[in-house]
Amino acid sequence: MSRLSIRNVGKIFPSGRRGVPPTEALKPVSLEIGDNDFITVLGPSGCGKSTLLRLVAGLETPTSGDILLDGAPISGPGADRGVVFQSYTLFPWLTVRENICFGLREKNMSAAQQREISERFIAQVGLRGFENHYPKQLSGGMQQRVAIARALANDPKILLLDEPFGALDNQTRVLMQELLLGIWEQAQKTVMFITHDIDEAIFMASRVVVMSARPGRIKAELPVDFPHPRSYTVKTSPEFMALKARLTEEIRAEAMAADH
Amino acid sequence: MREDRLMKLLVPVSREKRTLLGVAFFVVFVALWGLITWSGAVPKHFLASPWQTVQSAWDLFATQGFTHDVGMTIWRVVGGFLLAAVIAVPLGIAMGTYKPIEAFFEPFVSFARYLPASAFIPLLILWVGIGEAQKLTVIFIGCFFQLTLMITMIVSATRRDLIEAAYTLGCQDTAAIRRVVLPGAAPEIAEALRQVLGLGWTYIIVAELIGASSGIGHMITDSQALMATDNIIAGIVIIGLVGLISDLAFKKVNQRLFAWSLQR
Repeated sequence: MSRLSIRNVGKIFPSGRRGVPPTEALKPVSLEIGDNDFITVLGPSGCGKSTLLRLVAGLETPTSGDILLDGAPISGPGADRGVVFQSYTLFPWLTVRENICFGLREKNMSAAQQREISERFIAQVGLRGFENHYPKQLSGGMQQRVAIARALANDPKILLLDEPFGALDNQTRVLMQELLLGIWEQAQKTVMFITHDIDEAIFMASRVVVMSARPGRIKAELPVDFPHPRSYTVKTSPEFMALKARLTEEIRAEAMAADH
Repeated sequence: MREDRLMKLLVPVSREKRTLLGVAFFVVFVALWGLITWSGAVPKHFLASPWQTVQSAWDLFATQGFTHDVGMTIWRVVGGFLLAAVIAVPLGIAMGTYKPIEAFFEPFVSFARYLPASAFIPLLILWVGIGEAQKLTVIFIGCFFQLTLMITMIVSATRRDLIEAAYTLGCQDTAAIRRVVLPGAAPEIAEALRQVLGLGWTYIIVAELIGASSGIGHMITDSQALMATDNIIAGIVIIGLVGLISDLAFKKVNQRLFAWSLQR
């Protein structure tokens, strides 16, 4: 069953200046994401993968095509699609707990219920003891953990992540990948994860979608069949290496195309 | 050796040194002032000595009902400032959030900002007389346009990604304004209010120089006629002190209210 249907969705940004041609960020693409799928979208920078995510989130309107969530067309942003951004978007004037409760408060949930839910997600992302800290007092990795908890607390139908670990150092990034994968294995969520990191794309995905250089289109879709729960040791297996070698070739060709 | 130098580029000084240096300036200033007057280099009726100024300040409060003047001045500044704030804050927020509203008002407000409030005094005397309304209006004009533009700028600088995050967490426009734009801009709006209140203090004396029967400015004009430089200087110093106190109080309140926005 398809949870999210992307049908011939294209995006052209007007240049805003006379005489300058508009930018085609995304050639019409189609993609079906099933219930509980973990899709990673892999592509060189500037290929329109973030644009695709923003279209699904409803933060941009497509120039052509339709996006359906559970059969209903998307007309704008909403709480049914949780987003974790690359930039740190915690509200600086709210504590960790208040940030996680932000969407729950908007739903007019009772304080007791808010507390119960936030308690659960604080524990899940390993931030016990930091409930009353402000974002400024947290490291980048911790901030993104709160951002994930904040998005999940709203119980969205699909979780959208736009290179959420892009600004983190390598060690932290690997730990975050394991954390997110662990949450997904437990909770079963539909996830669309944008990245340019091949290891990251393979490690977490049930399917990797490779995008071409601008204007973006879908170049290949590869299923990733490693069993769950996955441990980081899978990254050194020959199957993983083979998949990585293949994706490296795909991305390399696109990166070179983008450069010329 | 190098580490012990007092002057180093952009290196902060300790709290004690800071206080010491700050106080040192006033000591040097008063000492020079005293030297000039006591040595007789400048005639007494041109420039009163520090001690004489303190004595007249005491006399002003004790025997000449100066407390009433100070009170009147404070009330005019605060009144005009509050009037300006009550309109400028919502208008600035609307202009910062909704660009068509900004496009409509911004050119006029930018123009009006450069009109010196004191230049309106003759006109205001014709329109509203020499009563309290005239004083309040001068402060209002002096504060309002400046404040509106500052708040527009602050609100315009709201991070778009935070607004987008709020949308994806279920906020509509009004909720995004209430829960993201306002709390995010609040510390800087409070800071802008503090600065503009300071501006109000610079206008009030001009407003009181003409057609006032009370206030610090009125006392200063009267003293000029009597060549009582001691009273004039006392008046100026008291304006400075009241301004400084209100500024510090404002700062303290802001720090308490917006602890999250301070440096770690």
